[in-house]
Amino acid sequence: MRKPLWRGLSGRGGFLVAVPMLAILAVPLIALAGASSPADIAAGTRHPLFGPALWLSARSTVAALAVIVLAGTPLAWWMAGPSRHRFRIVEVLVDLPIVIPPAVMGIALLQTFGQSGVFGPALSSFGIDVPFTTTAVVMAQVVVAAPFYIQAAATAFRAVDEDLLIVARTLGQSPTGAFFRVAVPLALPGMVAGAALSWARALGEFGATLIFAGNFIGSTQTMPLAIYTALESDTRVAVALALVLAAASALLLVPLRAVPALAQAPRRHRDR
Amino acid sequence: MSPAGNADRVSTWSLRVSVRAGSFNLEADVRGDLDPVVLIGPNGSGKTTLLRVISGAYLPFGGRIRVGERVLYDSRRQVCLAPEERRVGYVPQGYGLFPHLTVLENVAFGRSSSRMRNHRRDRRAAAAAILAEMECGHLSGRRPGTLSGGEKQRVALARALLPDPDMLLLDEPLAAMDAAARRDFRAYLAAHLADRRVPAIVVTHDPRDVQALGTPVVYALEGGRVAQSGPPEALATAPATDFVSEFFREGNGTGQQAR
Repeated sequence: MRKPLWRGLSGRGGFLVAVPMLAILAVPLIALAGASSPADIAAGTRHPLFGPALWLSARSTVAALAVIVLAGTPLAWWMAGPSRHRFRIVEVLVDLPIVIPPAVMGIALLQTFGQSGVFGPALSSFGIDVPFTTTAVVMAQVVVAAPFYIQAAATAFRAVDEDLLIVARTLGQSPTGAFFRVAVPLALPGMVAGAALSWARALGEFGATLIFAGNFIGSTQTMPLAIYTALESDTRVAVALALVLAAASALLLVPLRAVPALAQAPRRHRDR
Repeated sequence: MSPAGNADRVSTWSLRVSVRAGSFNLEADVRGDLDPVVLIGPNGSGKTTLLRVISGAYLPFGGRIRVGERVLYDSRRQVCLAPEERRVGYVPQGYGLFPHLTVLENVAFGRSSSRMRNHRRDRRAAAAAILAEMECGHLSGRRPGTLSGGEKQRVALARALLPDPDMLLLDEPLAAMDAAARRDFRAYLAAHLADRRVPAIVVTHDPRDVQALGTPVVYALEGGRVAQSGPPEALATAPATDFVSEFFREGNGTGQQAR
C-alpha cells in the first residue's frame, strides 16, 4: 500500500529533491580535492608540521583503538547479555559521549585528571601527570570514539543465536571457549565495522584533544590540530594535511561498507 | 557399529525440577531409560525451557537431575554441573549448526574442548567417521547454509553424538522439514537412537514421530506442568486434556499436518 507512494518519491522527481543535500555533502569535498595542485600538496607534506602530526595521529589512534577493542569488547558482550532493567543505565552511559560535545568531554577529562581534578593530585604525587601528554591524546580519543565500537559490537553480539552458544557449551566449551570460538567469529563483521567507525572518529578528534592535551608539536598535535595551526601560517599545508586525513578516513569506509554485506551472507539460509 | 560404553554407564535417568522465569513457572517430574521419551505440549508450555535446564544453560529454582549414576544438578546438595561437564547432547530447534564452520568442522567441534581434546587430525578423522556412519560423508566440506533441512538435522545429530553423550535432547527435530524429508528423517532417527542405546528426550508436535520412535512413554507438558504421562496408547485412548486428545486425533488420518 505504501509502495506506490514510495516509488513516486524515489523516481526522477525524487532524485531532484534529494540533490540539495547531496550537494551540501559532496561539494566541499570536491572543492578540497580540486583546490590544490600536486606541487602544493608536495610542498605541504614537506612542511615541518606535517611529519610529526601524521606520526602522532597514526600511533595515538592505533593505541586508542587497541584500548577501545580490549576494554570495549567485554563491555559490549555484557551489554548483549540477558537484559535487565538496570542495564538501561549502562546503555545511556555508553551513548552519552556520542551526544555530548567533544569540548565538554575535554573539560570533563581535565576535571578528572587535571591539577585540581579528582585523581589529578593523587597521580601527581606518584609523578604521573596526564594532561598535555600523548597519553592524554589517547585518552581523549578513547572517550570520544569508544561508544561507536561498543554499540556496534553489542549489536553484533546480540544477533548471535543463543542456541549456538548453548550448543557450544554442551559440546564441551567453557564460557570463554564459546565466546572466542562461536560468538566472536559470528560477530566479527560487526565488530570490524564498529572498529573502523571508531578509528575514523579517533582520527578526527579535535575538541577534547585541544582542551585536555593541548597543541604541542610532536607530543599532542595530531593531524586535525596541525590543520588548525597551519591555517594561521600557510593554507597550503592545511590543505595538504586535510587531503591526507580525508584519504585515510575514506579508506576506513571500505571495511565499514564491505563488511556488513559479508555479515549477512552466512545467515541466508536456503530453507527459510 | 554402535559404540559401547553408553549401555554400561547409563541405564536410567530422572529429573524433578522447578523453574521460575518471571511469571512463568515450570514444574516437571520426568524419568526414563534407554528408550526415547517423547515430550509434547502446546507452544509456551515449557518444553524448550525444560531441555535447556537439563543441558545446564538455564538454572532451575530447585530440584534434582540424574543421568545414570551422575547427578548433574541437586539443589539440596548444591550440585550444579556446568553445561560442558554434563555430557548431554543438545540439538536445538533450527539445528544450531555453526554457520562459520564447515560440516566437518561443526562435527569435530565437540572434540576440541578440554574434556575430549584430540589432535586436529584425530578430531577430523573421528568427525569424518561419524559423518560416514550417518550417511553424511559427502557433506563434509559444505557450509551449513547450503544444506537442506534434512541434511542439517543429520549433521546436527552426528555432531551431538560424536562426544559420546550420556543423554540426547532433541528439540522438535522434525519441525522445519518438508513432509518427505520428515518421513526419511523419522526412520533415520529411530534407527540411530535404537542402535546407539543413548537415552533421549524428543520434543515433537507430530504423533507419527511418537509411533516411529517406538517410545514407551509420552509426557504432555501444559502451562509448565506435566498434564499427563504414560504409554502413547494410554494417552490416545484416555486423553486427560483437550491438547492430548487433539494431538493423537491428528495422527489418525484427519489429514491435518501437525507442525
